[in-house]
Amino acid sequence: MNLEVAVDDGRPIFVQIAEQIEGQIVDGTMPEESQVPSINELAAFHRINPATALKGVNVLVEDGVLYKRRGIGMFVAPGAREVAVARRREGFRAKYVRPLVAEASHLSITPEQLSEMIRKEAGQ
Amino acid sequence: MTAVIEVEHLTKTFGKVEAVRDVSFSFAEGGIHGLLGRNGAGKTTLMKLMTGQEFLTSGTVKVFGQSPVENASVLGRVCFINESQVYPENFRGKHALKAASQFFVNWDEEFARELIADFGPPLGRPIKKMSRGQRSAIGVIIGLASRAELTFFDEPYAGLDAVARHMFYDHLLADFSRNPRTVVLSTHLIDEASNLLDRVVVIDAGEILIDADAEQLRVEAVTLVGKASAVREFAAGREVLGIQQLAGMASVTVTGLDDDDRQAAREAGLEVGPVSLQQLIVSRTGGRTSATKEGAAS
Repeated sequence: MNLEVAVDDGRPIFVQIAEQIEGQIVDGTMPEESQVPSINELAAFHRINPATALKGVNVLVEDGVLYKRRGIGMFVAPGAREVAVARRREGFRAKYVRPLVAEASHLSITPEQLSEMIRKEAGQ
Repeated sequence: MTAVIEVEHLTKTFGKVEAVRDVSFSFAEGGIHGLLGRNGAGKTTLMKLMTGQEFLTSGTVKVFGQSPVENASVLGRVCFINESQVYPENFRGKHALKAASQFFVNWDEEFARELIADFGPPLGRPIKKMSRGQRSAIGVIIGLASRAELTFFDEPYAGLDAVARHMFYDHLLADFSRNPRTVVLSTHLIDEASNLLDRVVVIDAGEILIDADAEQLRVEAVTLVGKASAVREFAAGREVLGIQQLAGMASVTVTGLDDDDRQAAREAGLEVGPVSLQQLIVSRTGGRTSATKEGAAS
């Protein structure tokens, strides 16, 4: 899990914050109903402006991935993992498959050879 | 959000030199704002005008809705930490802190002690015998512990090493979260500070060059690397900040790409990379020489 934000990436920091929390929900580091770090903890950890951290968390609140308990903090919503996994799947093709196929084509690797490689890799 | 600082058509001349020329901007209440620019761009003059330490030539400066000049009701709410702060002769570190604790109504003594322990300046030493780093530490401690509603840090950590600077960022963020207020930070260590900032005003040769949300600036420009022909084709008709070529490859810095454009660039076989705030400012403030033809894409 990459906890670094910002420097290496041209996208907005709040998007990276949201994706990172989502990633932790997907991989089980943050189970459903567990408490999410506070805005101030996120800001301090990543050395970012608290307003940016808030914006990132609000993206997930709007999507129903996180919910607020008044006066206590932010929690992972029930069913959040399913939502997060579904969203990651949507982006999977563009983010991973397309560049993979493009690079394979540059190297004259046929689709058959590529799927064989994937099968072997998954079998390990 | 209400504006804490409103500057309109501000001009300041020293003799024939226009240090600040027809500058207008505002800073909202509650945020960490960056006032960035090259040495001699006018940052310190601007801060002095906003804290009533210089008289303006024309235009208006309003702080908390009023002119700051000789205005105790404004200046009592403002803390200005200046790199080249002049202290009275024979003043020691502890005297500076004592004076600050009496002047600033929101002064937090406990927080000051915590900062002293972290930064470790020799409080018993005369300030004029301190190293640059030790003087910077005194300034940073006062600036943070004063908890003034409006705090200016003018190159606050010129003498601090990397460890102490990160200590400053951590304390600033943690304390800002607990006690929201307005902070104006001027620095030329732009990349270090860029993620802390809400709003960025870049001044160059006395004029405003950039006035935007930091977040917006982060995504404004990207670098595209790939085959020269593909890069040229993609960059045609866009705002190009810099271009660099090596054999059949080219790297170009362009602005104004949305997500679809980025995707299109990737599909055209181009590598899309980020441009840091510092690189963006360098390319916008003409910081290049014949030896460094491309500052923005390096």
